[in-house]
Amino acid sequence: MQLHRFHGGLKLPDHKAESTVHPLLTMGVPKYLYVPLSQHIGAPTEPLVQPGDRVLKGQRISQAKDYICAHVHAPTSGRIKDIVDHPIPHPSCLSAPCIVIESDAHDQWGDTRLPAWPDWRERDARSLRERVRAAGIVGMGGAAFPTAAKLNPRAGKRIHTLVVNGAECEPYISCDDILMRTYPEAILEGARIVAHILGAEQVLFAVEDNKPEALRALTDARPAEEADFIRIISIPSIYPTGGERQLIQVLTGREVPSAGLPADLGIVCQNTGTLKAIRDAVLHGQPLISRIVTVTGPGIREPRNVQALIGTTFADLVAAAGGYAPGVDRLVMGGPMMGFAIGDDAVPVIKGTNCLLATRVEDTQAPGPVMPCIRCGECTRVCPANLLPQQLYWFAKGKDFDSVQDYGLFDCIECGCCAHVCPSNIPLVQYYRFAKQEIWGREKERQKADIARERFEYRQLRQEREEQEKAERLARKKAALAKKDTDPDKKTAIDGAIERARAKKAAQSNEEASPADRERADS
Amino acid sequence: MRFRTCTSPHLIPGHSVGGVMRQVLYALVPGTLAMTWFFGWGVLVNVSLAILFSVLFEALMVAARGRPVLATLGDSSAILAGWLFALAIPPLAPVWVLLIGTAFAIVVAKHLYGGLGYNPFNPAMVGYVVVLVSFPRELSLWPSPEGLTNASLTFLQTLQTTLTGRLPDGMEWDAITRASPLDMMRESIVSGQTVTEVTQSPLFGSFSQTEWEWAGNLFLLGGLWLLYRRVITWHIPVSMLLTLATVAGIFWVMDPDYFASPAFHVFSGAAIIGAFFIATDPVSAATTPKGRILFGAGIGLLTYVIRTWGGYPDAVAFAVLLMNMVAPTLDHYTRPRIFGHSRDRHG
Repeated sequence: MQLHRFHGGLKLPDHKAESTVHPLLTMGVPKYLYVPLSQHIGAPTEPLVQPGDRVLKGQRISQAKDYICAHVHAPTSGRIKDIVDHPIPHPSCLSAPCIVIESDAHDQWGDTRLPAWPDWRERDARSLRERVRAAGIVGMGGAAFPTAAKLNPRAGKRIHTLVVNGAECEPYISCDDILMRTYPEAILEGARIVAHILGAEQVLFAVEDNKPEALRALTDARPAEEADFIRIISIPSIYPTGGERQLIQVLTGREVPSAGLPADLGIVCQNTGTLKAIRDAVLHGQPLISRIVTVTGPGIREPRNVQALIGTTFADLVAAAGGYAPGVDRLVMGGPMMGFAIGDDAVPVIKGTNCLLATRVEDTQAPGPVMPCIRCGECTRVCPANLLPQQLYWFAKGKDFDSVQDYGLFDCIECGCCAHVCPSNIPLVQYYRFAKQEIWGREKERQKADIARERFEYRQLRQEREEQEKAERLARKKAALAKKDTDPDKKTAIDGAIERARAKKAAQSNEEASPADRERADS
Repeated sequence: MRFRTCTSPHLIPGHSVGGVMRQVLYALVPGTLAMTWFFGWGVLVNVSLAILFSVLFEALMVAARGRPVLATLGDSSAILAGWLFALAIPPLAPVWVLLIGTAFAIVVAKHLYGGLGYNPFNPAMVGYVVVLVSFPRELSLWPSPEGLTNASLTFLQTLQTTLTGRLPDGMEWDAITRASPLDMMRESIVSGQTVTEVTQSPLFGSFSQTEWEWAGNLFLLGGLWLLYRRVITWHIPVSMLLTLATVAGIFWVMDPDYFASPAFHVFSGAAIIGAFFIATDPVSAATTPKGRILFGAGIGLLTYVIRTWGGYPDAVAFAVLLMNMVAPTLDHYTRPRIFGHSRDRHG
């Protein structure tokens, strides 16, 4: 198959061997699990349980209220200890509501499983999507976008190709590698199910060429007669080839439009872990309650991949990997390029936790202080979005938010290539995130101001109309009175009364002068 | 357990400004040694003194601006500016030329504009142009190559000449200096000789005067190493030399008696060192790939125009400074097409 190149990118030392020497370890059930109500972008879920309730493994404990949202299920059986704020894996290091489950050590399913559908080929796309939604499945490559929504492209978009993303391009992460080596049949079955849902004619299964074992396992597991339907493709290991848009360019040579989605090209992209979860949900009726996490880095004694329940704390996970090595200094969720540092290892595994990276000071320290940009252009050379990062930095630093958008800020995928090669050690991505936040903040402010202005204008309009109506009413009354009173004596008396009323009104309106007038008078 | 949080990426960065600058310094070594071989100790004396002055001025300005002195000196950019400036100065130039030139380069062109990363003009070239237009006599005294003349100066004599501005007793400026190839070509053509007559002089090698050719070759070697190490990109040197050679070629074909050959232009004066070491100064050059091609082409064209019809024999410094002025405009109009955007977004 003819492969293509995307602009820029980096060849990074992959550090994947450290965590793949040991086979996959399935962790026991921890005593306490902390399951966050919100595990992805989109609205948070609403809990269905109360403290003190008994729950069974796989029971839905929190409900998605929105389309872009996913249900949450109990990872094990036990008692709801509390629903309380607890640190969650988020760059802000803030706490958020979590359901705390005290395990009863039985890990009991009861009848919480959904009906198994070995006959899924007989089902229509709608009911299969509903199953994906019921199982609370989100994208497991890290972004955690609710999968049911992704499997339902906008009307009129015909999907011809399912791209399976087994690239796993970030250094250190190997959870997809281990998954592909351990469960190749399950992933392929998941790919068939998703292709069936989408009506896709072909599956392009892309794996970076630094994972030969995974490639071999998949090729062995694929029946020969499916070779045209599911194509397993070895792609060059260049970071960030696992980015959805980059991967599609490598496979097809086409660029997803800036404001568009892969569906605009007739393509949907899914991560291997997501496919395995979909297969488990359809074939066995199991919701998404556990995942593989790579626990690795020089700060970990025995780096390895761990099958862990959602809600397991990072501390428990690290303990399963032999504990911290001396000198550990930084804990990162995700890979070294795009992951974010965690302030506290009490945070739990969520559906999007692919990797836990622990590093020492000497593994991340820049050789010098932050220096001024010398416009060397290395960042331009490596930018996969073909941006000019040095110019974006310049405008972001100067808070010139119009120019920074004009130079394509929102096409930045925050892959971190520019910051990695910057000889001045400028944390470039941080500047871009800052600019994006500012622009979103301003946009919100503007919307608020628009609403306020509309409200004000409407009020003015209403007041004017009321004034006008009042004046018209008065005029009508006056006209009616003038018609009625033609008697001269009476007219003089009335005239006198009108005169008096006018004088009184004038005095009154002097008192009722507007505050501005009064201020003017005061000064 | 609690941890320190910081922003991604969480890897050791691959480069540093100091590292980049130092690689450029290493790349200057072979060409500088060749110049020392041909022109005597004066080259090394100039380089050492200019570096010393530059670093002193840098330290002074950084301290005056309240920035950390040692951390800033660590970027080696002052050393590079001093070195490049010194290579443009005749080896026996008096010390005050070096002092004034480096002062303008570091104090005015660099720090008064905001220091490293903010200077719109190439500091070394600003320093050079200031002394070139102010002291034309001192700036034209290029010594004859060693071995071609009986009188060569020892290291101490050289140092003495530089510091006092006077030659040792019994030596005359006329005896030990001679016109550089560009000067020679210019004057000969003005006096009615043809290009062929000039190049047939025993002083000339294949394209230019032998010593300039050799210095050019070795600077070229350093430049290619920088390309290989990805310290610089190909855009500026290739487009500058190609434009210079093409324009020279067109005129040479039209009248080879009056216009020098493209090879003469490429291997004389500052063309090669300019293409690889001076025009590639990232701070003052264009930064987009297409912008860099235009930037280099502009320097090549202006160099030829000024050399052929202008008032100065060499023109790389003027061409670089002129193109520095348009670099921001070039960047503005040569933005690359962003991923996922249609081609006609930026004109």
